[in-house]
Amino acid sequence: MPLSNRHLLGLEGMPAEDIQLVLDTAASFREVLDRPIKKVPTLQGKTIVNLFLENSTRTRLSFELAERRLSADVLGFVSSGSSISKGESLKDTARNIEAMKIDMVVMRHHASGAAHYLSTVIESNVINAGDGGHEHPTQALLDLYTIREKFKRIKGLRVCIVGDVLHSRVARSNIHGLLTMGAVVSVCGPATMIPREVERLGVQVFNHIDDVIPRADVLNVLRVQLERDAGRFFPSLREYHNYYGITNKRLEKSPNPVTIMHPGPINRDVELSSDVADSEHSVILQQVLNGVAVRMAVLYLLGTRN
Amino acid sequence: MDREALDRTLTRLAHEILERNKGASNIAIVGIRTRGEYLAKRIARKIEEIENVKLNIGSLDITLYRDDLLGKLEQPQFRGTDILFDVTGKDIILIDDVLYTGRTIRSALDELIDLGRPRSIQLAVLVDRGHRELPIKADYVGKNVSTSIAESIRVHLKEVDDEDEILLMDVEEGS
Repeated sequence: MPLSNRHLLGLEGMPAEDIQLVLDTAASFREVLDRPIKKVPTLQGKTIVNLFLENSTRTRLSFELAERRLSADVLGFVSSGSSISKGESLKDTARNIEAMKIDMVVMRHHASGAAHYLSTVIESNVINAGDGGHEHPTQALLDLYTIREKFKRIKGLRVCIVGDVLHSRVARSNIHGLLTMGAVVSVCGPATMIPREVERLGVQVFNHIDDVIPRADVLNVLRVQLERDAGRFFPSLREYHNYYGITNKRLEKSPNPVTIMHPGPINRDVELSSDVADSEHSVILQQVLNGVAVRMAVLYLLGTRN
Repeated sequence: MDREALDRTLTRLAHEILERNKGASNIAIVGIRTRGEYLAKRIARKIEEIENVKLNIGSLDITLYRDDLLGKLEQPQFRGTDILFDVTGKDIILIDDVLYTGRTIRSALDELIDLGRPRSIQLAVLVDRGHRELPIKADYVGKNVSTSIAESIRVHLKEVDDEDEILLMDVEEGS
């Protein structure tokens, strides 16, 4: 059974069966990454444009790798030095690229809703690789995959998202995906960084990290987004680290080992202490590896959906 | 073909494989999902009993190598390839239920070769129904069945279908 939507714009409203299908397909693709020849001919003849209008290293590389491993033709596009910097609108840029006969667009954009808008003006399949503070669906899918790989289930697991929830598209996509899959979701961070009325989604709010650690199976630790003027929301990085930084000293108070996730890139010794980032309970590098398999699954499911 | 006949056929195929390869020392068995996977397990079990050895067994999901993937109406579910041994240098016995156009086998050959360099690949099928579209031939055949294109061959195995049987059916108009 194919996915119910021909675009992947966000996890809000995505049915559990669709998420399940992506995770199961990704599990099958994981094996391809261990082969001597890590390439399959599946999307031969399809052309995919990576429209990255905001800085990104790992997501762009991960998508590009996934596309190449499926034998698609890949076009890269970054905004600096492009027609966008000459003032061309997104609609015109996208339509011009599409006029060159392409099949899919993977887009990162600084404006919330940009991926949805794009899907209404072009015919190609659109995959949202992060739109402003809105959603980052493939990141949440790879987080779900990594949780399922480690615990063999998602339902009933207690997952806390820690940090700047307010500005985080990773948090938003994770909250929707985790709730759909039956996890018990909480958020923890400075009150200035917790969205108002987030409880109405069915999420518990903690303001003290030491309260949540003993009650969590997984901490998904968000990056302090220094480039987004995070300093306006708390007094200093040192203070942030003292109140919300995840350290071994804090984790030792939990009766059970807590799995540590982070979407990267890490600010070491700000949101995560170095020893925690590199500890046996950290699955941060598995997340990166799984990201390629999850993106291959999404590209396969959308690219072969007729 | 009923359960007993199917079992005797698989026994014969096991013996033929051993005869041609002069034993089981270098062979590995790979079944094509879905039903080839179970036939592979059954044949492997027979070879293991006859020769008193332990064989490498794997299964191949050819979905990613299909030549009709971008034109098909129904998206096939990709369940993944599961070959946990190195195919390089091995004599691979590739197993499927029905040999028809040969396109599945073409996909399987491409995928196997991407996994390494087997010393040889030999093909065993339960039923050869003819109508090849590619120059592909089975090395071991359970049963040759002459069919018309309007007919369809269904292999049912108890692992997936609760029953062991091979059925020859008329395809309904337009399906």
